[in-house]
Amino acid sequence: MNLTLKVWRQNGPEAKGHMDTHALEGVSPDMSFLEMMDMLNDQIIRAGGEPIAFDHDCREGICGMCSMFINGEAHGPGRGVTTCQLHMRSFKDGDTIAIEPWRAKAFPVIKDLTVDRSAFDRIIQAGGYISVNTSGKTMDANAIPIPKQDADEAFSSATCIGCGACVASCKNASAMLFVSAKVSQFALLPQGQPERETRVQRMVDQMDKEGFGNCTNTGACAVECPKGIDLSNIARMNRDFMSASVKSKK
Amino acid sequence: MLDSKIPEGPLADKWTKYKDHIQLVNPANKRSIDVIVVGTGLAGSSAAASLAEMGYNVKALCFQDSPRRAHSIAAQGGINAAKNYQNDGDSVHRLFYDTVKGGDYRSREANVHRLAEVSTNIIDQCVAQGVPFAREYGGLLDNRSFGGVLVSRTFYAKGQTGQQLLLGAYSALSRQISKGKVDMLTRHEMMDVVMLDGKCRGIIARNLVTGELERHAAHAVVLATGGYGNVFFLSTNAMGSNVSAAWKAHKKGAHMANPCFTQIHPTCIPVSGEHQSKLTLMSESLRNDGRIWVPAKKEDAEAIRKGTKTALEIAEADRDYYLERRYPAFGNLVPRDVASRAAKERCDAGFGVNKTGEAVFLDFASAFKRYGKTEASIRGLSQPSTEEIVTLGKEVVKAKYGNLFDMYKQIAADDPYETPMKIYPAVHYTMGGLWVDYNLMTSVSGLYATGESNFSDHGANRLGASALMQGLADGYFVLPYTIGDYLANDIRTGAISSDSAEFEAAEKAVQERIDHLINNNGSKPVDDFHRRLGRIMWNECGMSRNEAGLKKAIADIRALREEFWKDVRVPGNATSYNPELDKAGRVADFLEQGELMCMDALAREESCGGHFREEHQTPEGEALRDDENFAFVSAWEFAGDPSESKLIKEDLVFENIELKQRSYK
Repeated sequence: MNLTLKVWRQNGPEAKGHMDTHALEGVSPDMSFLEMMDMLNDQIIRAGGEPIAFDHDCREGICGMCSMFINGEAHGPGRGVTTCQLHMRSFKDGDTIAIEPWRAKAFPVIKDLTVDRSAFDRIIQAGGYISVNTSGKTMDANAIPIPKQDADEAFSSATCIGCGACVASCKNASAMLFVSAKVSQFALLPQGQPERETRVQRMVDQMDKEGFGNCTNTGACAVECPKGIDLSNIARMNRDFMSASVKSKK
Repeated sequence: MLDSKIPEGPLADKWTKYKDHIQLVNPANKRSIDVIVVGTGLAGSSAAASLAEMGYNVKALCFQDSPRRAHSIAAQGGINAAKNYQNDGDSVHRLFYDTVKGGDYRSREANVHRLAEVSTNIIDQCVAQGVPFAREYGGLLDNRSFGGVLVSRTFYAKGQTGQQLLLGAYSALSRQISKGKVDMLTRHEMMDVVMLDGKCRGIIARNLVTGELERHAAHAVVLATGGYGNVFFLSTNAMGSNVSAAWKAHKKGAHMANPCFTQIHPTCIPVSGEHQSKLTLMSESLRNDGRIWVPAKKEDAEAIRKGTKTALEIAEADRDYYLERRYPAFGNLVPRDVASRAAKERCDAGFGVNKTGEAVFLDFASAFKRYGKTEASIRGLSQPSTEEIVTLGKEVVKAKYGNLFDMYKQIAADDPYETPMKIYPAVHYTMGGLWVDYNLMTSVSGLYATGESNFSDHGANRLGASALMQGLADGYFVLPYTIGDYLANDIRTGAISSDSAEFEAAEKAVQERIDHLINNNGSKPVDDFHRRLGRIMWNECGMSRNEAGLKKAIADIRALREEFWKDVRVPGNATSYNPELDKAGRVADFLEQGELMCMDALAREESCGGHFREEHQTPEGEALRDDENFAFVSAWEFAGDPSESKLIKEDLVFENIELKQRSYK
């Protein structure tokens, strides 16, 4: 396959960015999208240029590091896949492909297609945990039976990989899907009950501080989410947040 | 002499007795002690969180953009623990025994027993943290079975157990970060360890975004930096996984143990072409229901390779289910090393089934029929047609392995419900690593290694679902005790200053190497060298090894290393975000580590676990161990250049297990 690639280049957070155009020949349909990017970078380096910086690591769809906005969609065409699991057979010979970074105020560009998603870490640090020490001296794991359905639902929420596609897809750059997935995981489990109210309040407060936008229930986040995190998580978080705010003595 | 510091006394009492007698550090003193943890996978996150909870000041580093991205996240199958919830006869002793036997009797009894002892705490801990393990309808935890054992002791969260465990450890770490007890440095890479008065007292790190070098001083340093499978270029490791931190420690005096012990996992998606950047695992659990075969006739294999025949056109009688043929007792569920070698043997003999000739079939057709019949019976269908049975069977298989089948389809563009999967072995895990004593301390005072980065628990072959167990055991329950015994001597030391000649010299050396790479102005990109190194390693130090091949590999690697330093091209500069530069540094270290691996493989004149020397096999082609001469850990001491490394032996003493030849026939 021969392709025309229009790629976002930006030297740093403060630098002005632009789209660069590259021709790439001999792309195999069996390549993953990132292997195609490797090939492009190899071509750029051999020609004496500076390769395109992009985040990636596991290349099997689970670490959440890869983050490309391809032809106007987070992780490109195809549902339920990350950029690293997208293969070139999804494109045609002669295609022009536009590749951009996640765009959101809370995700500043570090270089080219690499953005800073540390805001997600700070949201988790604000309360995305159960306050239990790692002594191993808790109760026996089977002392709290958890209905299978609850455990399965908590698991579904917990499969979020923190890639940020939800934010990149949202016209408001809202992080509600990400935050609600973690809030839901613990809200659905008995272990999460003692801190249920403080957790949702703290995490939502931090989300607002980081500069993410509000949710207007468009649902683009759930459509583009590579792990199929459901919109019902947002509904659950809203309910918990309301309830916590009403009860709060502040 | 290496002192493994194994406590006296009966095996089952060692750990308890040890804990009763170690020195403790009082809470006020912990506040004045600094510990650096490098790496935030299961072993690193759990250690950083635990040490911070205990009161130490912790600094943690990861090269990724978030601690949650470490490659533990990609582990699929599960985590072993001797809970015996299934009442199937499991016990701490049985887990200990299975692990030592599975490792082909090349691990240390006392370390493995301790691992089995603390395994049960891991499950309790993770559940308390809100890790959503799979459950049965009654609400209790579910278990499944894994290769090489006779009990069900594996806890799991679908095919994403590593993800859920890592997010659990990450949440514990995040809690300590929010309290200010852990200073978390993301997009930071350790460049060297710094020694003061014979002790490890800090590191030089590089901020990967700004390129700045930083000095970090501490009373002790913990490396939880994973394995070095990427020395093979193609592996199931993440792209960034590297040996550099461990290798830098090695060059400063930490011995590298059993570097040639590599796990090659039998069920991975085969290489599709030259462009391939990494390989993807298909969980071992698939071997419960899939049957592995190649055509029995060479002409059929050739026809399949040419594309003139498909798997479905090969008659049952013309198929060679070689694992069932060779190992009737264990069949498709032989351990990983055995299954991998058998696949290679068939492909080398000309029976491979893809374009490159390096693939075998993993076929679910009989599982569809078997499950379909049961399902038809449950549904009360009378005289169902074969098609109906197969359709029902596919539904059952989908419920069990749906996500893996989807992943296969996505990557291979082939529907495994209709035609058999094609699989081939790939590098997956490294049992070898930094030598550590019972305290997990390397041969450098104050420098510890945990998880995959050390060598301690898996001998020459790791059993499935044991890597997660070891990572969390080390980080949550072992290191927090053992490091205290060392740090107790540091309560009067006061803060370590990084303003010293030693830090200065270490930083200067790091800077010089970076300058060399960036100014080299060669002609070939880093990956070019990495790919070539990988090819040498895979061909000569992969699934089977021999003297001539290893000697050739050593010469080839030396030549390649020389060429790398002359001709590598690293674009950009060293003062801004430059992933090519980061990669160059890592490949430079792989080019040294690879040579040591080959030397180790050459020195070990026996076959054991994942290490198969062609010269040492039984008449049937099975691995032939030599307990008389090789029941030891090979610990290599660095002496200026990999080729000069000295072999030091730690004899393995088996007091509780009788050494036997493994047989799966």
